[in-house]
Amino acid sequence: MCEIEDLQYNMNRRHFFSKASLGLGSVALASMLNPTKSAAKALSSFSATSEGLSNGVLRSPHHLPKAKRIIYLFQSGGPSQLDLFDYKPVLEKRRGEDLPASVRMGQRLTGMTSGQASFPLASSIFKFDQFGDSGAWMSSLLPYTSQIADDICVVKSMYTEAINHDPAITFFQTGHQQAGRPSIGSWLSYGLGSDNENLPNFSVLLSRGTGRPQGQPLYSRLWGNGFLHSLHQGVQFRSGKDPVLYLNNPSGINPQNRRAMLNNLAELNEMYLKEVGDPEITTRIAQYEMAYRMQTSVPEAMDISNEPDWVFKMYGPDSAVPGTYAANCILARRLAERDVKFIQLYHMGWDQHENLPNQISGQARDTDQASAALIKDLKQRGLLEDTLVIWGGEFGRTNYSQGTLTETNYGRDHHPRCFSIWMAGGGVKPGISYGETDDFGYNIVKDPVHVHDFQATLLHLLGIDHERLTFKHQGRRYRLTDVSGKVVNDLIA
Amino acid sequence: MQGKKSWLEGQIFMTISLLLLAFLIGACGNESGSSKYDKKKLPDLVDFNFHIKPILSDRCFACHGPDANAREGDLRLDTEEGAFAAIGENKDRFPIVPGDLKSSQVHYRITSDDPEEKMPPPESNLSLTDYEIKLIDKWIEQGAEWKKHWSFIPLKEPDLPVVEQEDWVRNPIDNFVLSRLEKEGLKPTGEATKETLIRRASLDITGLPPTLEEVDAFVEDTSPNAYEKLVDRLLDSPAYGERMAMEWMDVARYADSHGYQDDVERVMWPWRDWVIKAFNKNLPFDDFIEWQIAGDLLENPTTEQILATAFNRNHMITQEGGIIEEEYRVEYVADRTNTTGKAFLGLTLECARCHEHKYDPISQKDYYQLFAFYNNVPERGLAPYQGVPDPKITLTKEEVSDIVSFVDEQPIELMVMSEMDEPRDCFVLVRGGYENHGEKVEASAPKAILEFADDLPKNRIGLVKWLTDEKNPLTTRVLVNRYWQLYFGTGIVSTPEDFGNQGALPSHPELLDWLAWEFIKSGWDLKALHKLIVTSATYRQSSQVDDELYEYDPQNILLARGPRHRLSAEMLRDYALSVSGLLVDRLGGPSVKPYQPEGLWAEKIGGGGGSLVRYKQSEGEGLYRKSLYTFWKRTVPPPSMMTFDASERNVCTVKRQSTSTPLQALVLLNDPQYTEASRVLAERVVKEGGNSIEDKIQYAFRTTTARYANEDELAILKEVFDREYQGFNEDKESAEQLLLIGEHIFDNKLDPAETAAYTVVVNTIFNLSETITKG
Repeated sequence: MCEIEDLQYNMNRRHFFSKASLGLGSVALASMLNPTKSAAKALSSFSATSEGLSNGVLRSPHHLPKAKRIIYLFQSGGPSQLDLFDYKPVLEKRRGEDLPASVRMGQRLTGMTSGQASFPLASSIFKFDQFGDSGAWMSSLLPYTSQIADDICVVKSMYTEAINHDPAITFFQTGHQQAGRPSIGSWLSYGLGSDNENLPNFSVLLSRGTGRPQGQPLYSRLWGNGFLHSLHQGVQFRSGKDPVLYLNNPSGINPQNRRAMLNNLAELNEMYLKEVGDPEITTRIAQYEMAYRMQTSVPEAMDISNEPDWVFKMYGPDSAVPGTYAANCILARRLAERDVKFIQLYHMGWDQHENLPNQISGQARDTDQASAALIKDLKQRGLLEDTLVIWGGEFGRTNYSQGTLTETNYGRDHHPRCFSIWMAGGGVKPGISYGETDDFGYNIVKDPVHVHDFQATLLHLLGIDHERLTFKHQGRRYRLTDVSGKVVNDLIA
Repeated sequence: MQGKKSWLEGQIFMTISLLLLAFLIGACGNESGSSKYDKKKLPDLVDFNFHIKPILSDRCFACHGPDANAREGDLRLDTEEGAFAAIGENKDRFPIVPGDLKSSQVHYRITSDDPEEKMPPPESNLSLTDYEIKLIDKWIEQGAEWKKHWSFIPLKEPDLPVVEQEDWVRNPIDNFVLSRLEKEGLKPTGEATKETLIRRASLDITGLPPTLEEVDAFVEDTSPNAYEKLVDRLLDSPAYGERMAMEWMDVARYADSHGYQDDVERVMWPWRDWVIKAFNKNLPFDDFIEWQIAGDLLENPTTEQILATAFNRNHMITQEGGIIEEEYRVEYVADRTNTTGKAFLGLTLECARCHEHKYDPISQKDYYQLFAFYNNVPERGLAPYQGVPDPKITLTKEEVSDIVSFVDEQPIELMVMSEMDEPRDCFVLVRGGYENHGEKVEASAPKAILEFADDLPKNRIGLVKWLTDEKNPLTTRVLVNRYWQLYFGTGIVSTPEDFGNQGALPSHPELLDWLAWEFIKSGWDLKALHKLIVTSATYRQSSQVDDELYEYDPQNILLARGPRHRLSAEMLRDYALSVSGLLVDRLGGPSVKPYQPEGLWAEKIGGGGGSLVRYKQSEGEGLYRKSLYTFWKRTVPPPSMMTFDASERNVCTVKRQSTSTPLQALVLLNDPQYTEASRVLAERVVKEGGNSIEDKIQYAFRTTTARYANEDELAILKEVFDREYQGFNEDKESAEQLLLIGEHIFDNKLDPAETAAYTVVVNTIFNLSETITKG
């Protein structure tokens, strides 16, 4: 059955039109004065054109959801699993030896190392240890994450199809290597709608790594709506004057007068509606009201000045500096508290082709404390149980050194065939490690998790059957997981 | 008359209920219906193309369609042969037995309650409604007549339908529209006011609103051909070419950067300028296509013809270190192939890149045969960080100064097409993998559309001759449909990208054919096509709608009223620039960088990026050029334009969304571009708008909307003025802050409080639904 059509049907044109001609604008005006969620909902239901918008196309989830929202801490560039989570003593023993052909099995390499004369195995120079009751392995780069070992689930057997940044990150975020499909957050917004009428449903925060400040770029299409309605596009939250683009009134505009002007604008639009009869005008009136509400709700959410000192202490010294990863983690928690559905952070700089020890130390310092603090903070506020937190990048890194391997230095090329991510909260089993790679950390030997499996699992936790959240476009039903993907039930609590 | 009969079988189409049509063609496409349709009356005569195939295609073809690898139970329902052939081990069962429901397996399976037998199977997440089942049953009972897919049937000139209300008809378009309305028992809406007409036509043809003087002149011109003169003037204006280029730049995925990863700058704007010129010159459209696809292969090609081929180098290119070059070279060739499919054939060819097409008669081999035309470019997968990738052309002022605006008189290099002496071997790529060579293929075109004649050269010249062959059933239908969409917001086929089995059916099939036929007869004269459309009574209707009509036809499929939709991203900004007088109306030249919030590029860059690391805002004129000249960096496109549904320009796009969102309100209210334009128009209002407040408001209102505000509207806007004037008088500093927004210098002889107050009044008018809509 077609949910979209049902939604349209439920709008019941006759009912709709009689209301519109009685002057929905007056409902809009009422909501200006008393912007309650229900009034806003009543209006937003009228904004449905051909898709479910504020209420979500699914109206209700496919099954009972374990999570209500996601915070995705995307580590852009490809963090080295071999220096963070995936401990390989064999690499220490065989350090400097050439990668055996029996391990590589002729699999393709990027153009950056395919011409190398040798592929010297490079063990991590960082010390590994086991943490928590679960005994999870982590390196000395993660002194804080290791403290939450029993809260997180480390997946060591992630793999992807792409070997370069652009297609790999696009694949992770949209399920397809080529640009043009909706991002995960857009799919969720489209499927589940919004729980907060005053904030963008899909919020995006960026930060730059100190380990490699000139690393890989980001692209705004990563949070694009693709072929879905543009209401579902990710909205970038920025530090500085305009936390959302064009949010502030122009200088010199008095806020009270702006409010009055918007009332006048609504009156004029309503008069015009009566004359020409196009209900699209009603939608437009409602959108101005939402914009107005955002002018208050976004700065309120972004203002961390009233956070107590202990919070800044917990998230680390960077957290008081706007625009840092740590500050963004506090914002992520604030947005989660306000029921934003999908909160996407990107931290750049994880692309360690050379000088890995030095660079990755910087990257870890940027993110370790704040990521762990976020988990603890969500937990103490009772939010972790229905908030799914994900930490990870677009691929892993090679077990051999790119460039010269020395006692203290090495680099690693892109490695799509295995890498590690972690997840926490939102119905994920805490304190487990899932999947295994071989002794060389090159291939997966147990429980492989493809990017589409990961995405299917993520949707499942939100109550969505990944095969049934579809959008018909160009004659075909598209979905986040394209044509594959299996829910990894072993990860689910 | 054959054409009509051949695929409409008389008037069947006219007898199907509106509801069904709205359902088939509506926003939900061919989705299955909910219960409201179940009680619907079945059509007297069930038609395969219009009733049955959309259901089969959508719910059955994925497993019983063209893709042999995905085919289940050795049954295919996409061909006549398959649908009637014996199946099963004993060859004793038949999917469809005409006239015999009980012997038809299709009937048995779709009505079965047994989950093992039921079709579509529950695990497919697909289902049929009761109504659809009854339709299929009735079709079988009526003899199950099979027909070729409508858009693959060659064009023939349709007869003009006879209509009762003959005096309404201005040209043949109206015969088709009116005859349909009369069958539905509907009447067309009266003609729009002259103010509305000139605004509508000016926006549609030139992308700009009319000036006050133009409105006055048109309103005062009472000659019978006043409107026709207006249309001729608009079509002759240079802005026409810019307007058409805006649409074509989406089709051609034009951008000023390479698009992948570090996304470095490219110079392709001379091609854009050529497009503008070609439209203005009204280059016959078959030549327009030929030059862009194969200009370099013409005999003794001119520089202009080679420049045109940059069309097929506009796709994204990567310079990401470490890529495997062949992977990307293949990607570029595939992009050209897919673009050809979408832009000219209205087919989703890309589906056949990895497997046989699931819905349309396009095999994977067909795909790679088309691919072979574009596979012989002497190019690399990896673009350099600096310099222009091969193959390229150097343009000198001597050669093309009438097309390209040279800066500093320097020659300009840009990417174009060229052909290797020896074509590359071309293979079917198994599962689309760049290194999985399958069967070797030669360049050719899908025969299901039109046989690729033996005497055609097996290169891009041959391809373009095949595309523009009068017998090609798709190219002209697809083109005229897109230009129809430009005016009415929705095409006669509402899925301009898909004329295949999964696409929407035409709302006015004969009209589509008639337009395509006329287009060919006129020698592919695009301006003549535009004139035909805009001078029709159909186009000239008012877009006002009453409750009854709206309820009957909310999407205006039947065209019982005039078109109405939101302006595009480009047109909105150009509108503000134009009415304020800020617009620098100069054709062509390098792309410019108008206002953009600080830091948007810098915060996303990595180690590369070259000249595009930081957004260097233009100075002076560059802030006020038309939006089609705005610099397009693919990885961070201009945010205010993206908010209004501009295409990302990553791939060929033939239809944009038209949405309404809160972020759009924020742009129109707060983007300095709009604040400045409001202020600059306010300055004119104060200087030239008359003496009284009412006169001044009326001046602002008319300049923006092309009509007079009524008394109620005036009263509300005066309320805005009085409140703001009082406020700014009490707070002069705020007035000055507002007036200083933007680079355009404020005329400080004017009263700041008054001008600031009118700035708010103008901005209110800019934000009216009426202003941002073409009504």
